[in-house]
Amino acid sequence: MVNWIIILNIAKIHLLTKIKQTAVAALGVTFGIAAYITLVSFMTGLNSMLDDLILNQTPHIHVYNEIEPSKKQPISLYETYKNSFNIVHSIKPKLSQKKIHNALPIINYLNNDKNVKGAIPQIKASIFYIAGSIELGGNITGINPLEESRLFNFKDYVIKGSPEDLKNTENGVLIGSGVAKKMSLSVGDRVQISTIKGNIFPLKIVGIYQSGIADLDAIQSFTNIKTAQTILGENKNYITDINVKLYNIDSALPFAKKIEQQFNLTAVDIKTANAQFDTGTSIRNLITYAVSFTLLVVAGFGIYNILNMLIYEKMNDIAILKAIGFSGKDVQIIFMSQAMIIGIVGGFLGLLTGLIFTNIINTIPFKTEALPTIETYPINFNPWFYFIGIVFAIISTFFAGYLPSQKAKKIDPVKIIRGQ
Amino acid sequence: MNSVLEAKHINKYFKKPLLFHVLKNINFKIKKGEFASIMGKSGCGKSTLLYILSTMDTDYDGELYLDNKLISGDSKDSLSYLRNKHIGFVFQFHYLLSEFSVLENIMLPAKKLGEKSFQEIEHDAILKLKMLNIEHLLHKKASQISGGEKQRVAIARALINNPSIIMGDEPTGNLDSHNSDNVFNIFKQLSNEQNLSLLVVTHNEDFAKRTDRIITMEDGKIIT
Repeated sequence: MVNWIIILNIAKIHLLTKIKQTAVAALGVTFGIAAYITLVSFMTGLNSMLDDLILNQTPHIHVYNEIEPSKKQPISLYETYKNSFNIVHSIKPKLSQKKIHNALPIINYLNNDKNVKGAIPQIKASIFYIAGSIELGGNITGINPLEESRLFNFKDYVIKGSPEDLKNTENGVLIGSGVAKKMSLSVGDRVQISTIKGNIFPLKIVGIYQSGIADLDAIQSFTNIKTAQTILGENKNYITDINVKLYNIDSALPFAKKIEQQFNLTAVDIKTANAQFDTGTSIRNLITYAVSFTLLVVAGFGIYNILNMLIYEKMNDIAILKAIGFSGKDVQIIFMSQAMIIGIVGGFLGLLTGLIFTNIINTIPFKTEALPTIETYPINFNPWFYFIGIVFAIISTFFAGYLPSQKAKKIDPVKIIRGQ
Repeated sequence: MNSVLEAKHINKYFKKPLLFHVLKNINFKIKKGEFASIMGKSGCGKSTLLYILSTMDTDYDGELYLDNKLISGDSKDSLSYLRNKHIGFVFQFHYLLSEFSVLENIMLPAKKLGEKSFQEIEHDAILKLKMLNIEHLLHKKASQISGGEKQRVAIARALINNPSIIMGDEPTGNLDSHNSDNVFNIFKQLSNEQNLSLLVVTHNEDFAKRTDRIITMEDGKIIT
């Protein structure tokens, strides 16, 4: 039977009489845990900010009609040439339409699927911005502004005006910040655009769009779906792209495969399209955890050292305790509980310090053209980090305390008492 | 006759640095209420014998009985319990926990035993202190009292669990004659009034002569 009250009391007196060493050991843990919390919160905050920059505005599945050559050329259908080696020069893409056939029923069907958060249509077209005699090449995308805001955070990237303004204005346009700068345009101005076929069309600027990717902002504009259809001279069922957002991003790949098979369209999932982001994120996480782990191991060695010293100083006490009837296990628990007290106190102080540090970092201004929505350094306040931190502190102090306490357990009281 | 402690055919060897036969076939008994002393020259094995009898040293051959119960070969944990409950210790150097108060030092073995409530233990401890005329030291730190006082505190600690036997390893070896007398008188009183058994290793001939029985050792054997 272990008598906890008396053992903890002895541990407490040992720790309090050596308060300086105790404080140093606890501070080692505090420093390690605080650094871990700060590092991991800051790094994952940055990570998710960088990921969001791309991933938030990227659909989980992008469905469109790919312009590509036929996989089977007509010659292979001829029985006569079946066993011969055919060479076809200068293959052209198959003549197909850009529009998605039966787009509106497909969108309806996708929206009714329980995995789908939303499926919305887009119309993409190449145009020219006309400024006097100069024509600037560009893209215009017909969108449903409110749905885009709901599903793909479109609103965050409209720096002047709003998606609502676009919806409420006939022949309105949200123009890319790069285009606006080149042509000295601002909200309320009119811009003339020309389609590839040569039809000139005036649009009213209701807002400025900035994605943070300069090349994109220099060409891209957005308008209502209806306006886009009018510009292109197409009817109401002309849709070139469908963007799908799912509830669970992990089901994107199988779902994309299913759409491809079912509708005979090209469907690209987010992971395939942005594979490099996953890699970057996991490597940054790896570095964060490696550094934190190192810090905690160093703190652990500090505890190990101090407990070792303490046990040498307390040899006599250990011998007495054993002589008056404390078992080796009792003595071991006395020293283990000292290590655990140092670990738990140091760990919680570390969590607190980490929380304070991250709160300070969270208020430091951080403004960049690329990220219109970010104003301070991003911090990820995830309770899991705090849980992992305290568990790590407890485990590392456990191991740091285990070896010295094992030694205390094995000390032979006769040797100590007779040796004096 | 009712024996408290009995040793049968105890043999012990030191293996380092050379194989050395320290204790050679030791047989003896301590009866209930007996005040015995062990005498002998340095190196004759008397302290070694005491630590075997104390159950702290388990590396020996032979049989050891405490209250007529064989305890040789028991596990370390159960020996710890026996030591706690049945054996009290007084060493040459006081061996108190210096960071604890006198009262805490005395209460420690009883708290470890855990048979009584905190109040009862405290009450017992104060009784023992009064008996030894040191109740004024109650709340002092063990590091702040004199050598003679420390030895009396150590005796109080040895008594707290009302043990079957008290063992002393030169308990007066480090004290002047006045304090030695004092300690002897306390032992004698315990033996007479409470019928407590005592076994004391000593160099001090005057001390030994006043005990009930002297066990003399030479070269690892008991002579008388």
